Amino acid sequence: MIRIDFNRLRFLVIDDNAHMRRIMRTLLHSFGGREVYEAEDGASGLEAFMHHIPDIVITDWVMPIFDGLELTQMIRQPGANPNPYVAIIMLTGHSEKKRVVAARDAGITEFLAKPISAKALYQRILNIVVNPRPFIKTRSYFGPDRRRNPNLNYAGVERRKGGKADIIKQQALFDKVKMPG
Amino acid sequence: MKKGTHMPPTKPDTHDVARFKDHEVITPPNKLKGVVGRAIEGDDPVARAEAALAQLSSEFSDWMHDECDQLDRARRDAHAAGMAAPQRDALFRAAHDIKGQAATLGFPLVSAVAESLCVLIDEAYDARCIPAPLIDQHVDAVRAIMREHDRPDAEAIAELLTRRLRDVTAEFLSREGKDRDAPETSPPIAPVK
Repeated sequence: MIRIDFNRLRFLVIDDNAHMRRIMRTLLHSFGGREVYEAEDGASGLEAFMHHIPDIVITDWVMPIFDGLELTQMIRQPGANPNPYVAIIMLTGHSEKKRVVAARDAGITEFLAKPISAKALYQRILNIVVNPRPFIKTRSYFGPDRRRNPNLNYAGVERRKGGKADIIKQQALFDKVKMPG
Repeated sequence: MKKGTHMPPTKPDTHDVARFKDHEVITPPNKLKGVVGRAIEGDDPVARAEAALAQLSSEFSDWMHDECDQLDRARRDAHAAGMAAPQRDALFRAAHDIKGQAATLGFPLVSAVAESLCVLIDEAYDARCIPAPLIDQHVDAVRAIMREHDRPDAEAIAELLTRRLRDVTAEFLSREGKDRDAPETSPPIAPVK
């Protein structure tokens, strides 16, 4: 069995509802998390993200100023912030398929529909830590690989083109910008 | 809470990047790898969190009343100022919060009516055309189900109420959709004398 040292993870919870933030804080502290930061809308969430550099962002979708979807799109901008690869859990009352697809296409890492349960939240965090996915960058998408499992029976059009490629070690763009000279 | 306990990286992160014709596959360094360890026997973080939530639950009824009051305020604002974008968004947020939280807070029957109100607001082509009584019926139903939650027949009444509100909502949205899709008719041409 696997255990996660929650006390070594830094969380940012973004939700305009104070009751929901309290519930999330209670759950994360009970898991063992010590560093749980909070923000109450998309704008202050982005500011907190830049300031605290969390390991995992847990965001609501429906919020004033800008919503969780827009926030995700802002975070998933290579070169624009310290960690565009941060794990993002979208925690929302939306559960319709079109919403799940929209959140996935914005670059979220995990989707968690309300009502929240301790078990579901724990499993999402476990998945983030134990099964990190590579990121895909195309002209129109930057985010975790949306293909969680290879589908050997897939018969549709192959949208990704170009055969095998060499693996290149590359310095993160944000670090390049920050480095003097 | 203490902040900034994470040490800044001593050297820049490098990523494995595999370049293809129209996409890149980037494998960032797994910074979270170090937080995984072997489970301690008898330690159950999920059970611990559930126990903490149970402890917190003494406050849930008050929280749910707060949520209902918030919905009521949003409804009043919408009636007073009209369903322009700010009022529409505030009403939707209040209903959406209840939809998402009611079950967690111990009032699962309330959730379905709040969901119907979300559908009504979200799917209406023009929120200003939503009849005020239909909004009132939803908000009042949320408050009534919440208030009468402990009645023995609460579940049956809530289901009946929810079904009726969903039907009326679907009927309104369907009628509104038909009105919108109907081709504009030209005025009759006056006969040439």
